[in-house]
This record gives sequence, C-alpha cells and structure tokens, in this order.
Amino acid sequence: MTGHYLALSAILFTIGAVGVLIRRNAIVIFMCVELMLNATNLAFVAFSRMHGALDGQIIAFFVMVVAAAEVVVGLAIIMAIFRSRKSSSVDDANLLKY
Amino acid sequence: MNAIAAGAHQTGESGIFWVLAIVSVAAALGMIFMRKVVYSALLLAVVMLSLAVFYAVNEAPFLAFVQVIVYTGAVLMLFLFVIMVVGVSSTESMVETIRGQRVAAAIAGIGFGVLLILGIGDATLPTSAGLSKANSNGGNVMGLARLLFGNNANDGSDTANALRVSNNIQGYIFAFEVTSALLITAALGAMVLAHRERLKPKPTQRELSQARIKSDQVSPLPPPGTYARHNAVDMPALLPDGSVSELSVSPVIARRRGGSHDDLHGEGPESALRHGTATVKAVLEGQVEGQVEVERAESETSESKEEKK
Repeated sequence: MTGHYLALSAILFTIGAVGVLIRRNAIVIFMCVELMLNATNLAFVAFSRMHGALDGQIIAFFVMVVAAAEVVVGLAIIMAIFRSRKSSSVDDANLLKY
Repeated sequence: MNAIAAGAHQTGESGIFWVLAIVSVAAALGMIFMRKVVYSALLLAVVMLSLAVFYAVNEAPFLAFVQVIVYTGAVLMLFLFVIMVVGVSSTESMVETIRGQRVAAAIAGIGFGVLLILGIGDATLPTSAGLSKANSNGGNVMGLARLLFGNNANDGSDTANALRVSNNIQGYIFAFEVTSALLITAALGAMVLAHRERLKPKPTQRELSQARIKSDQVSPLPPPGTYARHNAVDMPALLPDGSVSELSVSPVIARRRGGSHDDLHGEGPESALRHGTATVKAVLEGQVEGQVEVERAESETSESKEEKK
C-alpha cells in the first residue's frame, strides 16, 4: 500500500508543479506550491508507516510549520505588489522596486 | 480500533484510498484549470481534507488534525482573505508571455510525473512495518512528543531509534526551537510588508468640509432605496419627479448588478461610475420590458452617454 501512497503523492506533486508553470496568477501559483508541499507530506507519512518510526511524521510536521510561515510572508508580498500595481499577475511584477 | 492500530493492510483501506485518490487528483486538476481563483482555493480545500483522511488512515492522527486545523482552517482561509482583497472577479489573461510555454510546461510536467511514478514502481518497498509499536506507548501524540522534546533512549525499539540512540542524538528539540525563530521572523516580515506608510497627512474635518463646499455636491449623496420599492443597496433612490438618482448606488454594486464582475480593475472611479449608472438604468428599464431588453437598454444608455459627452 505504501507504493500506492507514493504514486498518489507523485501525481499530486506533478499537478502542483504543472500548475506553477502554467498559471499566471500569483495566488494560484502559491496554492500550487502548497499542493506540492502537501504531496511531499503524504510521502513522508507513508514512509513513516513503512519504516515503523515516527520520524517521518515529525518531518511532515516541520514542513507544515515552514509552509505556514511561507504562506504568511508570501501573501503579504502579493498584497504589497497588488497595492502598487493593481494586479496579482506574475507577469506584471517584473521589477521588484517602483 | 485494534484493526487500525495493527498497521497491516486493512480491508477498508484500499477502498478509502481509491475513492479519495480519485477525488483528490480530480480536485487538484480542477484547481490548476479553473479560471476563477476562488474555485481553485475551494478545490485545494478538498485536496487538503482528503489528505487529512489519508494521514488518519496512515496512523498519523495528530498530523490529520493539524492538517485540518492549520491547512484547511488557517492557511486556506488566509488565501481566501487575500483573494477577497485582491479581487474575486479578477480572471487571469490567457495570453502567453512566452510562446508555447503552456504546452512545454504540460509536456515537461507529464514527463516528470511519468519518471517519478516509474521510479516508484521500480523500487522494491519492504512490507509496511506499521506504527502500532511506535504508537503504543501513550499513543501517537505522546510518541511524537517523545521524539520532539525528550531523549528517546528508552524506546530504542526500531532501527531508526537505535541508530539515533547510538549516535546520541536528542530528538528534534533544536529544530523545534529554530522553528520558533522562523515563525517570529515570518510574523514580523508579514507586518513589515503589510504596513503602509501614509504619504499625505490624514485630511482633517475642516479640510474635508472645505473640499465638499468647493465640489458640486454639497449635500450628502442620496442613500439607495429612498422612495423606491425596496431599500436594498442596489436599488437606486427616486427623485421627486420619479426619475432615478444615479448617484445613490455605489458604482461597484451597480456593476455587479449587471453581471460583469469587474470591480474597479483597470479603470478609474470616473469610468466605473459612468458604467455603473448605465447598468443601473439598464436593469431598471429591463425589469419592465423583460430580461432580453436589458442588454439593449444597456448598450443604448452607454451610447447616449457617449453622445452627451
């Protein structure tokens, strides 16, 4: 059953990666990154069960913490860019200043 | 409960897996193909909830709850807040900045996925050891806490623990402490980024009233619904002669009434007001003459507006 979970995790990760590549909206790109992080978490949890040790779950927990911090800062950046440019498209944010 | 704790292949598990795997993959695909951002966010919520069930099935109840509380509860709601601020109605343009990028990205993504799955399929995985032993001493949360905070010399039962004990590694306490620094930095960073410096001094009441006297409209704008049949915010006020006061409805609401959720994106308040009043008129006239007339009335009113200018 571990293989099944790993395959599902790989599929979800791939979907997230494709989403990051094809979407232009910064918020959707962010959500796709979250999907990729969640997919790796699933792999960690499946491996944790396979090995019979809880370390994989601890790593998944840390991934969640880092993802939460990343979301907070990233969304604040999106808001700041939206304020100055009135757009959340990544194509418009080609300059970091002005 | 014993069956879940057993860690072996459960009969119900493959059923849960196949149903939720299909649901989550479909929701993930929908997420990247939906034009509207809100739909994407809600589909991501579906993926995250099904992942929470996967965690629970994989004997990680703590992570399952954290997934629901932190991801679905906090992170996604934060996403929804930002979507509402940035504009629900903003749809992204389908124009490619780099030509052929979408096709190339899709091919690269499919290739990557095929490689990953082939690699996983080739690997010989040992039979699942199950977490019944690790979760036995006080449950999953206690086991995680022992790993995070304590020395775990007393439960060096499995190989990973034995390795850690032999190397004298004391759990993940240091990583956990570093996490607190990360969270504080993130909170500060978000505050700094969200902070907006006031460029002009805040207008005082005197300045506001002076500006009002100078403008054409000295009295306050008529509130929506005055003398009208309803007092909803999208119902314009009626003037004494029975005509519609276009100023009484917020242009943003008036535009929504017309079905084109454009908000104020890409246009100034002036043009938004002009569009808005045209839409209000069109809706009102359309109510009498039927829904088909609305479009025509809208185009007519906008044309007459153009002529007046």
